[in-house]
Amino acid sequence: MRILPLLITAAVTITLVMLLNTSFNIGGKPAPAFGKFLSPQHGFWQNAESADADFGGELSFPNLKGKVDVYFDERLVPHVFAEQENDLYFVQGFLHAKFRLWQMELQVFKASGRLSEIVGKRALGIDREFRRLGMTYAAELALKEMEADTATKTMCDNYTAGVNAYLSSLPESKYPIEYKLLGYQPEPWSNLKTALFLKLMSWDLAGHDNDFEMTNAKNFFSKEDFDLLFPQQQDSLDPIIPRGAGYAAPKVPVKAPANVDSLYNSNKDLLAVSAEQPDRDNGSNNWAVSGSKTQSGAPVLCNDPHLMLNLPSLWYEIQLSCPAFNAYGVSFPGAPAVIIGYNDSCAFGFTNGGRDVKDYYKIQFKDASRKEYFFNNEWKQTEWRVERIKIKDSTEYVDSVAYTLFGPVMYDKTFSGNENTNQHDYALRWTAHDPGNELKLFYLLDRAKNYADYTEAAQYLRTPGQNCLFAAKNGDIALRAQGNWPAKWKGQGDFIMPGTDSSFMWQGFIPQDEVPLQYNPERGFVSSANQHPADSTYPYYLGNDYPIYRGLIINKRLSAMQNITADDMKALQTDNYNIVAEEVAPIIVENINTESFSEEQVKLFDILRNWNFKNDAGEKGATVFEVLLDSLYTTIFDDEFKSAPPFTKRPFESTLFHALLKDSAYKFIDNVETAEKERLTDAVTLAFKKATDTLKKADAAGNLEWAKFKATRVGHLAMLDAFSRLNLPVGGGVHIINATKQNHGPSWRMVIHLTEATEAYGVYPGGQNGNPGSKYYDSSVDQWAAGKYYTLWMMKKEEAGDKRVKWKMSFKK
Amino acid sequence: MKFFVSIVLIALLSMAACLYLPWWSIAIAAFAVAAIIPQKPWWSFLSGFIALLLLWGGLSFFISSNNDHLMAKKISILLLQSDSPFTLVAATALIGALVAGLAALSGSFVRRAAD
Repeated sequence: MRILPLLITAAVTITLVMLLNTSFNIGGKPAPAFGKFLSPQHGFWQNAESADADFGGELSFPNLKGKVDVYFDERLVPHVFAEQENDLYFVQGFLHAKFRLWQMELQVFKASGRLSEIVGKRALGIDREFRRLGMTYAAELALKEMEADTATKTMCDNYTAGVNAYLSSLPESKYPIEYKLLGYQPEPWSNLKTALFLKLMSWDLAGHDNDFEMTNAKNFFSKEDFDLLFPQQQDSLDPIIPRGAGYAAPKVPVKAPANVDSLYNSNKDLLAVSAEQPDRDNGSNNWAVSGSKTQSGAPVLCNDPHLMLNLPSLWYEIQLSCPAFNAYGVSFPGAPAVIIGYNDSCAFGFTNGGRDVKDYYKIQFKDASRKEYFFNNEWKQTEWRVERIKIKDSTEYVDSVAYTLFGPVMYDKTFSGNENTNQHDYALRWTAHDPGNELKLFYLLDRAKNYADYTEAAQYLRTPGQNCLFAAKNGDIALRAQGNWPAKWKGQGDFIMPGTDSSFMWQGFIPQDEVPLQYNPERGFVSSANQHPADSTYPYYLGNDYPIYRGLIINKRLSAMQNITADDMKALQTDNYNIVAEEVAPIIVENINTESFSEEQVKLFDILRNWNFKNDAGEKGATVFEVLLDSLYTTIFDDEFKSAPPFTKRPFESTLFHALLKDSAYKFIDNVETAEKERLTDAVTLAFKKATDTLKKADAAGNLEWAKFKATRVGHLAMLDAFSRLNLPVGGGVHIINATKQNHGPSWRMVIHLTEATEAYGVYPGGQNGNPGSKYYDSSVDQWAAGKYYTLWMMKKEEAGDKRVKWKMSFKK
Repeated sequence: MKFFVSIVLIALLSMAACLYLPWWSIAIAAFAVAAIIPQKPWWSFLSGFIALLLLWGGLSFFISSNNDHLMAKKISILLLQSDSPFTLVAATALIGALVAGLAALSGSFVRRAAD
């Protein structure tokens, strides 16, 4: 019986190998197959990049037309020099893939509703939402436009070829660590994926709406209360184009339908749908000062886009240089070109336009089959898009989405976001579904030489609409609230609209020569911080959902400044002054009744009283103020909203602040649940007492200092703490120029001084290499957190021998 | 002598195989060497075990040192909830050693069954 020990050991060995070759769910979290994952020649060890890794090399690809040299500097920023323009984009694709492959693909999976393929059922809700938003439908339309234009088609073709050239040379052992952890493989890239990525940015920046929440608020509150809670424009408004600009009569006159009151304004159906919304604070600061205000006499352009702070970063720094143009800045892994940056003649940047370009129409289907819907007194045929969602470890989910002439029916009885109570059908009308070729904007900006080039470039930007900033070496500065903006009548699209006829449809778009713009204004600067683009005399309806405070403080500061230097601009970008506190804290301090305060509360109150209104990292007063403000907001509004339906819009914070400033007898201060009539002093005193608990806990944990309390993080895209940077010592916050919240804020800070030899600075909270096993993964995070910048080096070809060049990568045919 | 030759052969063969084949080719390498070089089962097990303990332990330690243990630190926090790169090196070595040891043991039993 010598065979028995063999059988036993062989069985044990094979079982062990199989166990180690299988991935499991441990406590709900997927664990990788340990044998493969730990193998030094296959698994994560292969991603442990040597501290003195050599990024140089010689590569050849038949797709190339000429030679391309890539010089990496000490921060791993590539300076790409191509003989042939199109080769630039090939190499950009190659580099994006080499350093950021996983994030590129993940973003596309999110956009196209394919996350379930990677993580299984728990992503089904979000996948369905992105399918129903018509993201792929939108990307396909955009791709058509992109490919109809020779310039952008060539750009995309080369970019895609570059990504795929890298992929085809990539052995499984070198897959980014996240593929190994989650157990899947990268797919080839395509131009459609670039279009999908750009649509994800459209969603992020132009995908916010309040339509359902506002409809609920309108229906729940009396007209008088509603107008108090949601005023159309705030008095202290300081729009992007300053007040008093004066506008001619609109070229596209719009008129509200005759039955707007009965069908729309007084309609009282309550709704209940909700969806994943991009962060409301997705915004940014940008400004440019003209030479009249600077020490050098040359303009300075500054931009810091506020987005989710993630690792790997949304941005990848790069210099693209060829005989036709030379540009430096940050690019999007997933798309060709430099997006925010500068070239030899000018600089450019963006803040979000934030207008409401996403409306819903209530659709009336003939029957449950939804094959026909009622429109303009007839039954129209529905078109269908069948969405097949593959799910890891499960069967495919098929979602049939009805398309009307408004757009896809996003919500119906099978899908209501997080709620399942909706019985109605709502179609989405969204400008992201309209054709556009946004890549052409960046294509042209990268090579823009003057104001005329910038103007031509800007007109390609349709969605997401942006405040496009420009400054040039010849002294020009300009800002343009650019986008494909629907021309709306007052209030159009604030609420859900009837979709049974054409009367409530958008009647046109604002012509390009009527978008708000400013060119070399007398005040010597242009600026935007997502506030209203224009004052109330602008002839088109602009809505009321705009943050106002960053714009106020930036304009105040810029107006007061003279002899500006690049350092002054860095200081302004990282400024932590809290203008809300300056306005509101005195009222709170004045009205608080400390008679019944405990010793602890008196101590906290003293911290607030002695605070300098700066949300600096070490300020305890900032923590007390912010917690108190939250507490005051809920103290004042919770009682009124208690019986409102879920997903009812709450007032903007600014509405409360204005009320406190103007009216100490503000109606909502009274708690409707008590018999007595509360006054402001009762509300602030109660709010302070309610805030004490949170503050006491923070104090006991040693976290009363603002940065410790806020705990800013730059989180890994798959939410793995081990790959994230947590608890960064950063001040700032909402309504502050340094708009750093917990996981959101200045994702790239840039200051470009357009002197003869451009003086440029920039930093982003991340690193050039997306591999968590590389020292370049998060190497800029501390510099960013400290509010410091790197000098950006627009390298010249002759500088190949410069000591800043660490590695050279050569590409040839 | 056979013992040392086995260890060296298993280690070399595993390393070469893993350049082209999946990780579990270490099991085939250990199995094959043990089947070809006759040893007592216990010694065969040990030669496979030690070969991979040294190979995987050595490789992972070498890689991790060059990496300033950056990756091992993160992965140990991720998988073990503790910052201990060396535990990860040890775990890597042990898993390889166990698989190769058992495979070698099977190999030696094949040899015995055939003899």
